[in-house]
Amino acid sequence: MMQHPEFHHALTFNRETCVGCSHCMKVCPTEAIRVMEGKASLMPNRCVDCGECYRVCPVDAIGVEQDDFAMIYQFRHRVALVPGVLLGQLSDEIITRQIYSVLMEMGFTHICEVETGAEVLRKAMQSYINEHQENKPLISAFCPAVVRLIQVKFPSLVHNIITMKPPLDIAGLYIRDRLINEGAKPEEIGLFYFTPCAAKIAAVKSPVGEQKSVVDGVINMDFAYNKLLTTAKQSKSAMCPVPEDPQLSPEAILWSLTTGESNVMEGRSLAIDGINNVMAFLEELEDEEVSNIDFLELRACDESCAGGILTSTNRFLTAESMRRRAQQAEQSTDHNIEKLPEEHILAKYHSLKDQLTVDKVSPRSMLKLDENIQGALEKMQRVNELMEILPYVDCGICGSPTCQSLAEDIVREEAELERCIFIQRILEQKGTFTAEESAEVMKKIWGENKLNKEIK
Amino acid sequence: MQLQYDIEGGNFTKAGFASSEIKKVLKQLNVDAATIKRIVVSSYEAEVNIVAHAYKGAVTVVIDHEKIVMQYQDEGPGIPDIEQAMVAGYSTASPEVREMGFGAGMGLPNIHKNADDLLIESEVNKGTLVTITIYLKQEGGQ
Repeated sequence: MMQHPEFHHALTFNRETCVGCSHCMKVCPTEAIRVMEGKASLMPNRCVDCGECYRVCPVDAIGVEQDDFAMIYQFRHRVALVPGVLLGQLSDEIITRQIYSVLMEMGFTHICEVETGAEVLRKAMQSYINEHQENKPLISAFCPAVVRLIQVKFPSLVHNIITMKPPLDIAGLYIRDRLINEGAKPEEIGLFYFTPCAAKIAAVKSPVGEQKSVVDGVINMDFAYNKLLTTAKQSKSAMCPVPEDPQLSPEAILWSLTTGESNVMEGRSLAIDGINNVMAFLEELEDEEVSNIDFLELRACDESCAGGILTSTNRFLTAESMRRRAQQAEQSTDHNIEKLPEEHILAKYHSLKDQLTVDKVSPRSMLKLDENIQGALEKMQRVNELMEILPYVDCGICGSPTCQSLAEDIVREEAELERCIFIQRILEQKGTFTAEESAEVMKKIWGENKLNKEIK
Repeated sequence: MQLQYDIEGGNFTKAGFASSEIKKVLKQLNVDAATIKRIVVSSYEAEVNIVAHAYKGAVTVVIDHEKIVMQYQDEGPGIPDIEQAMVAGYSTASPEVREMGFGAGMGLPNIHKNADDLLIESEVNKGTLVTITIYLKQEGGQ
């Protein structure tokens, strides 16, 4: 079993840019953000890399790290692993073949669509589900933010996760294998993934349940989108050598969209997107209120990967264009257009199947107040006492997202009761706290600037 | 530590609320996931029993470092034959309740299966007291 002492996060918080508005703190589904000294700070063990904070930051202080594009030149064979959502975003501007030739012009030597292995994965997942009926409903591991969410917030459901690699890894294994067969040396092959979200980067840099990802580098999709558009506009890319135009099956094209998995799995399946919807459902699942479901497709983003935080166009339009592409693929199958990569993978199905499985996913609860039950009981008693005097307003002015989280922070000795603005007023009325002392506490939370304004 | 929740007879919309609250507390106490599951199953069944059969009721939960004791007290028809009620599949639930997917006669047997100790005291036309005890295990502990 793989243990990561500290979880890798692709989200970065820039203290220089942060204005301490606390928008990120309020939307974080795992209450992983606090405000101190006028700046947002992340509690790494709670963050699941869903990127909700990134969406709401008004000053772009939250970033998503990526590898330097020049890194691709360290390899002789440079493979671009392209997800369907990138093509879906560009379809009105450039046709797929043209995107491929622009990618070649950018320096890649091979292109492989991420969803290439979707059908292989579906078959492997289906047999996994059939073999693990006791853990129903089985949950897809497609969305890495959901896998991490289950680890930290719903640890009792880790056994429901299907321990299979995502399509990305399968596409990676396939293309690497193909290049080696064609005579390439393994160390000369570099695989680069255009990611629609932070969670996938984190999953590549510190994968859950496996030793090392098959991918060598990650490039953010917004960067790729801009570079593709500029290159396409500036050059006569139509003259470039165009690689073979692979025809993905409609199933593979739709895989990363909502219902992409649930529609093709046997039995009773459900697809849920949006991290808050996912959390509400998992809560009910844990309460034993949901039964007789075979398979759950859970995606952190609304409209799944089309709504990833690093996408550049409207998620509904992207999804619509991908559905259109799937329809076209449906029609062309009738005319017997070859499906090269898929057939190649299917031929190798048996050897690949062994490589699809990852180790079991371990729980790492963020909810516990203490390792030890007795210690946790005492802390909970103290939290309950604090909740009696806190106002239940959840204003966030204390620098913690809710009254409950402030109470827990106090018990963990990470905050003081006087941070609550209501408590300050109560103490001021009793004469045990001065207005100056209140101001000092507020400065500690929100920084000097917000309290040094001139009022005329 | 003690918790108390009222349970309303006939209100299936809220059935499971107390059970869910108990679960949240246990997760914070770092109780092992398998034990939480047993507690959730038995508390949910006991709660639904009150909603499906009784007029009103309440659960009192006492948690210490080694065990959880949940007492479900209701005002209702009572159970004339407890031994028979414990038989899997035996049910007195109304057709309406069954239509909602409850009342399969698995409630008490399911509690019995998951609890370390189960005590049922009942008086016909007055009410029932179901006491469930489950010993706690720390997550990752022995």
